Amino acid sequence: MESHTHPHIHRDDQASKLGMWLFIFTEILLFGGLFIVYSIYRYMHQTAFHLAGEELNDTIGTINTVILLVSSMTIAMSITAMQKGNLKLVMQLIYVTVFFGLIFLVNKYFEWQVKFEHGLYPSSKFVQNLGAGDTLFFSLYFMMTGLHALHIIVGLTVLIWVAVYIKKGRVHQTKYAFLENGALYWHLVDLIWIFLFPLFYLIH
Amino acid sequence: MSEEKQHITPYATYIWILAALLILTFATVAITNVNLGPLSVTTAMLIASIKATLVLLYFMHLKFDQKIYRFMTTVVLLVFFMVIIFTFFDYLFR
Repeated sequence: MESHTHPHIHRDDQASKLGMWLFIFTEILLFGGLFIVYSIYRYMHQTAFHLAGEELNDTIGTINTVILLVSSMTIAMSITAMQKGNLKLVMQLIYVTVFFGLIFLVNKYFEWQVKFEHGLYPSSKFVQNLGAGDTLFFSLYFMMTGLHALHIIVGLTVLIWVAVYIKKGRVHQTKYAFLENGALYWHLVDLIWIFLFPLFYLIH
Repeated sequence: MSEEKQHITPYATYIWILAALLILTFATVAITNVNLGPLSVTTAMLIASIKATLVLLYFMHLKFDQKIYRFMTTVVLLVFFMVIIFTFFDYLFR
C-alpha cells in the first residue's frame, strides 16, 4: 500500500476516481436533460401521457427495480470484500451482479416484445394514430429506457473486464481503483433507473 | 496527497440500505396506486430523491470518501435543479 515500496510506478487512485466522477456528471446531465424534455411534454400533453403510462407494465417495472437495487448492493459489497482481501467473494459478488444485470435485460426484452406486438414502437402507424401526446410518450419511453439498457450493457462489459483483471492479478487488495470505478458506473445505472421507474411506470 | 486511510463499510450497512431502498420502492408503488392526483407526482419524485441520496451516500461512498467528490456532486445537482427551475418558469409563465 505504501508508495515507497514501488518508487517507479506512478499511480493516483484519487485522480482516477475523480475522472470517473466527472464522467458520471456528464451522464447525470445527459439523462437530466432527457428528464426535463419528458417533464415539459408531460406538462403539455397531460391526458395523453396519463393514458399512455397505463399501457406500461408496473409489475415488470417493479421487478426490474428490485433486481437493479440488489445488484447495486452486491457490487458495493464487492469493494468491502476487496478491502478485506477476500478475492473469492469479490469474484462471486461480481458474477452475481452481472447475472442480475442480464436478468434485467431479459425482462426488458420480453417487456418490449409485448409492446411491439401491440404495435407500440416509435413511429408505428398505431401510435401515430393515437395523436401527438402518445407519439411523444412512446418515443421518449423507448429512447430513455433504451439508452438506459445500453448503459446496462456497457456496465456489464466493464464489470466483466474488472473480473478478468482480478483473475490476472492486475486488480488486487492494494490496487482496486478499477473495481471502484466499475462499481460507480453500475451505481449510476441504478441511480438513473430510480427516476425512470416512477416517471414512466408509476405516475398516471 | 498521499494515501488516505481507507474506510471499510461493513456488509451489514449495505444490507440495511438495500432494505430501506426496497421499502421506499414498494411505498412509491403503493402511493401512486392510490392516485393522489398531482400530489402523487411530488411524492414519487420526493421518494426517488431520497433513494438516490442513499445510493450516492452509501453505495457510491460519498459519505466516507474525500469531501471533494461530495462537493462536486452537490454543485452539479444544484446546477441541474436551476436548469429545471428556469425551464419551467419559461413554460409556466409564457
